[in-house]
Amino acid sequence: MSGAERMTTALQTLTGHKDRVWNVSWNPQGTILTTCGTDHSIRIWAKEGDTWTSKNVMSDAHSRTVRCVAWSPCGNTLASASFDATVNIWDCKTADIECVATLEGHDNEVKCVSWSASGSLLATCSRDKSVWVWEVGEDDEYECLAVMPSHTQDVKKVTFHPSLDILASASYDNSIKLYKESNDDWSVFCTLNGHESTVWSIAFDGSGQRLASCSDDRTVKIWQEYQPGNNEGIATPNNEPVWKCVCTLSGFHNRAIYDIAWCRLTGAIATSCGDDVIHIFKEQPQSDKNAPMFDLILTIPQAHTDDVNSVSWNPTVAGLLASGSDDCTVKLWDFTHIF
Amino acid sequence: MSGQGGLENINPQVYSRAAIRPEGPNDWNDDVPDLFDAREIFDLIRHIRDPEHPLSLEELNVVEESACEVEDMGEGGQGKVVVHFTPTIPHCSMASLIGLSIRLKLLQTLPARLKVDVRITPGTHASELAINKQLADKERVAAAVENPQLLEVTNKCLAPHQASPA
Repeated sequence: MSGAERMTTALQTLTGHKDRVWNVSWNPQGTILTTCGTDHSIRIWAKEGDTWTSKNVMSDAHSRTVRCVAWSPCGNTLASASFDATVNIWDCKTADIECVATLEGHDNEVKCVSWSASGSLLATCSRDKSVWVWEVGEDDEYECLAVMPSHTQDVKKVTFHPSLDILASASYDNSIKLYKESNDDWSVFCTLNGHESTVWSIAFDGSGQRLASCSDDRTVKIWQEYQPGNNEGIATPNNEPVWKCVCTLSGFHNRAIYDIAWCRLTGAIATSCGDDVIHIFKEQPQSDKNAPMFDLILTIPQAHTDDVNSVSWNPTVAGLLASGSDDCTVKLWDFTHIF
Repeated sequence: MSGQGGLENINPQVYSRAAIRPEGPNDWNDDVPDLFDAREIFDLIRHIRDPEHPLSLEELNVVEESACEVEDMGEGGQGKVVVHFTPTIPHCSMASLIGLSIRLKLLQTLPARLKVDVRITPGTHASELAINKQLADKERVAAAVENPQLLEVTNKCLAPHQASPA
């Protein structure tokens, strides 16, 4: 077997889901992988010796598709977003996982849920075109702080900044929006236009000064933050930071790109696509911050036998990637050797 | 939408149905890989019923064999199927529903190696781009399939039925 072939073999394939896997997500310690999908279930996987094994299955986590799962920064709580229009909150402090709260309010399918870095805020988004911010209180109390009908279409993804209370959302309306709180009010401070079709996913880098986005237009874009008074002389209206597209990666995928993950440990970007391919990109060393160059450093053709819906880098093990697909499987990939 | 059960297109033109597929020399030869061709895709969707009329999509000329494109590489390869459909009138409010029915039928019957795209024939509908985008969004299609009311309608379109007498 040649080196290239060896690289494209999955470390492990996790089977159990009975239908499309929509999302894969690691806990902050990198010791647990959580997966969810069309079969209404959430599955919990952990390492036993050298192999990842099924530890827990919440088979009826929701009454419809579970679209997304996200761990709180402390790793004690899991949030799940569903097409049943609700978000469930799961207490995972013990092996006996329990649903302790259900957040209701969205009109229809909830597409994504994200925790803020401090763990004190939760954001959700839906086909109802709105983004909601919730405050995490004591005793599993969640209070809605803001309802923002910010997009003109379906909102596909929300994700918090890695350290600040800044939120980003991506939509079927082709735009990305950034939000922050001022005077107890959450509002949009920047809209990122450039994609020519649905923006399926977004991911901040470790610094939070860059955002990567992937789209139905088959491209990936890298957006750079410019603060007021920046050295580049980029105008910042209203004294707010602006975000500019500094790089577009096109010609790599030939169908909609469904997910993008930016590794905080290695700086590598993974993309997953409706063409069954996973690509790994990395910025060239010494590349210009204002016009960065990214190299395609690895391709896994036919990573799955159907669309790859989700990719996620393990937060503590550099080069360990999880992927979830329409082929009902979850795969783990070991790319330690390329970093 | 048409009001009070009235039809949008009261008197659609009815087209003749295709003849039975002629048998090929290798049809019964198990040693020849049996790849999908345009006629096979057409045969899968031609009997889908129009939501408004007691007619098939073939009889209304909404789908045609010439508007079905197939690239099938066989097992282990990745192929694609592109189907263009033509709504009977440019403002047809049923166009999304027809497109969804075609898409569901192909998703239910074709193997995963074939990527499916269902689009409106260019220039034949006022909301062509919006409907194409909706049909291409698999998350919306997935959510639609979980909607019991919508599923009831698409199931009626997809239900096997006896072709009406010619």
